[in-house]
Amino acid sequence: MADTVGGAEITVAKSPRLRQTRKGQVRKHIINVKVRNEIGVLARIATLIAGKGYNIESLSVGETHEPGISRMTIEVVGDDIVIDQVVKQLRKLIDTLKVRDITDVPHVERELVLVKVHTPTSRARDEVLRIVEIFRGKIVDVSPETYTIEVTGDEEKINAMLELLKPFGIKEMARTGKVAMRRELFIEEGNLE
Amino acid sequence: MSRKGADIVIETLKEEGVDVIFGLPGGAIMEVYDALYRDGGIKHILARHEQGAGHMAEGYAKATGKVGVAMTTSGPGATNIVTPIADAYMDSVPMVVITGQVPTHMIGNDAFQEVDIVGITRPITKHNFLVRNIDELPLIIRKAFYIASTGRPGPVLVDIPKDITQQLSDVKIPSLEEVKKALPGYKPHTEGNIQQIKKAVKLIMEAKRPVLYVGGGAVNAEAQEELIELAELMKIPVATTTQGKGAFPENHPLALRMLGMHGTYYANMAVYNSDLLIAVGARFDDRVTGKIDEFAPDAKIIHIDIDPASISKNIIVDVPIVGDVKIVLRKLINELKRKGAKVTHPEEREKWLEQIEKWKKLHPLTYKNSKKVIKPQYVIEQIYEVTNGDAIIVPGVGQHQMWAAMFYKYSYPRQFLNSGGLGTMGFGLPAGIGAKIGRPEKEVFVIDGDGSFVMTMQEIITAVQYRVPVKVAIVNNAYLGMVRQWQELFYSKRYSEVDLSLQPDFVKLAEAMGAVGFRAEKPKEVREILEEAMKVEDRPVIMDFVVDREENVLPMVPPGKSYKDMILEDGRGAEAETMYLVG
Ligand SMILES: Cc1ncc(C[n+]2csc(CCOP(=O)(O)OP(=O)(O)O)c2C)c(N)n1
Repeated sequence: MADTVGGAEITVAKSPRLRQTRKGQVRKHIINVKVRNEIGVLARIATLIAGKGYNIESLSVGETHEPGISRMTIEVVGDDIVIDQVVKQLRKLIDTLKVRDITDVPHVERELVLVKVHTPTSRARDEVLRIVEIFRGKIVDVSPETYTIEVTGDEEKINAMLELLKPFGIKEMARTGKVAMRRELFIEEGNLE
Repeated sequence: MSRKGADIVIETLKEEGVDVIFGLPGGAIMEVYDALYRDGGIKHILARHEQGAGHMAEGYAKATGKVGVAMTTSGPGATNIVTPIADAYMDSVPMVVITGQVPTHMIGNDAFQEVDIVGITRPITKHNFLVRNIDELPLIIRKAFYIASTGRPGPVLVDIPKDITQQLSDVKIPSLEEVKKALPGYKPHTEGNIQQIKKAVKLIMEAKRPVLYVGGGAVNAEAQEELIELAELMKIPVATTTQGKGAFPENHPLALRMLGMHGTYYANMAVYNSDLLIAVGARFDDRVTGKIDEFAPDAKIIHIDIDPASISKNIIVDVPIVGDVKIVLRKLINELKRKGAKVTHPEEREKWLEQIEKWKKLHPLTYKNSKKVIKPQYVIEQIYEVTNGDAIIVPGVGQHQMWAAMFYKYSYPRQFLNSGGLGTMGFGLPAGIGAKIGRPEKEVFVIDGDGSFVMTMQEIITAVQYRVPVKVAIVNNAYLGMVRQWQELFYSKRYSEVDLSLQPDFVKLAEAMGAVGFRAEKPKEVREILEEAMKVEDRPVIMDFVVDREENVLPMVPPGKSYKDMILEDGRGAEAETMYLVG
């Protein structure tokens, strides 16, 4: 259907492109941030993300090879369009040097977990040991009643192992949160290991 | 040469060209006040409340384009200036706020008058600093000025512990080069991407119904000349936001004046029916867009802004151009000219402008005047006349602010200074004082509401003390008028807590504070007292205009509705006249 406004022809049918308004796909995003190691920089970043109403799933920070410069890996679940806003806002912060959402580029992700498992019987010890070996974990502490296991890997691997350890009874657990890095070349993860 | 931290502060401020500071002293900032006294080279305006000092610095900055400086003590001094900081942040006002802090070794101990002002203001400053070491003091202050005034401007806070103002150091003031080098992550884009500019040029030439939508970014970039040139070159009508007022002269034939919730019928109709919207230094605020899905539903959008995060924040745009508005517009004009500045559909463009003329005639900005009661719009019109349209106008927040936007015509940038983003009642008087101090050659009129005025009216004393001849016109409807209007229209006249019939006698109040006071209760008195007020040159004048209590600001797009749901100046809906529109 067509009509005129001041002689100019216009479409009266449902507007051709309804404005997209901050609605995108909701999913997990991995954001890498390179920052100057100034006081309050972590608070500034956390405030910004929280201020947009998003919960940080995980956040890890550590120094890089360059003095005074740290790298953060932030995991946030949210709407694609709003996360894009968050990334732009993070870029605006005075102390950020580089911000990149690497969700959709090939990247390596790792997390370290320490988990203390209840192993009072020798049978439990044998079984846990086997699981740890399969997942290339390490037993880093032993007591008459427990094993403390260290494992690194991506989320799937860690979750799979924790699932298998659960029936024994998990007494304590600590996760570092993810660190992630863009791959230089796209090599399938399996080939690397 | 060794000198105290406090002296370094003053020395650095002078290096930055600061000629006036707005503030109020206290224990933690006393050393700096002592240095200020001993130096004598910077004027200081003693506000009566730190909120006043903050808005004065804003008014000064908005009127001059220079960085406004405010200074307070720690604790309550610092928290009192939080509102102006948030206000400056929302309106991109360049401002540096210096706060005193308890001595370094007491930080975190809940010491007397301690507050974590850096933490409090983190989400409302462009950046903020806590000084930890006297040797970084001059670098931090210079960084603060550089950050506040470049890119998208904004407020920067510098928190200085008392011991640092007392220590001695021979640190040198760093050069601008050193300042930039110390900010490796901060590089505002100014140039604009040429590929995007070319895409924009193509859209502009092909458009049948283009509209320019201009915001405060165009004022900050001083881009009036470029805007006029672009509009005239391509015959594009121009609508502005409250922040963009004066960036394009409102008496220009292509001016649509203000768009949005209280925009003109013709601006809103033009935007609604446009097929190309060129947003210039504007941020698609919800007061402008209304229901976002129905905002300019048929238009492609070009967005020029210095702040990449402003682009596609509320609305996905077709051509984003990040850069300084003035520079980008200049390139855009050059590129258009290189292509012959041809319009692909000249006839349709012509018809578009004719249609806009029809809309202008159909619903101009009007109101029904009265001989018995003073209409608020009449007061604004009379102010326009006695000032020959040349005054700087500073409103509070409410109905009077919208009437001031509608019934005064603005012709130059930085002529209408309002709290657009945060909508801060109490902004008017102190901001007006700051503006008059920054632009003493201009007549400055504060157009305030009776509700807004009493929030910061103690600053009258400041204006008297420093002989700042601001004119204050109180549009006195004895209501929190704008809230009452919403209650009338959307809450079946349940006037919950908006009655201000018990107010001070503003004339006596003015006199008690050493200012001149006038009151008008009948329409014929309006002009008389305005003319009297214009004669006063050495102190502030407070004019109490007792107006029609239940007058409404119209036209209006109801909150969350679209332009086609506009309520017109006679209270009718626009629906009947908009049948032939898009969508
Ligand atoms: C500090 C602050 N508190 C509350 C509001 C909400 N508010 C917006 S307009 C308004 C009424 C303003 O009344 P007045 O200043 O008398 O102006 P009028 O609307 O009557 O012209 C109020 C309470 C605000 N904008 N700012």
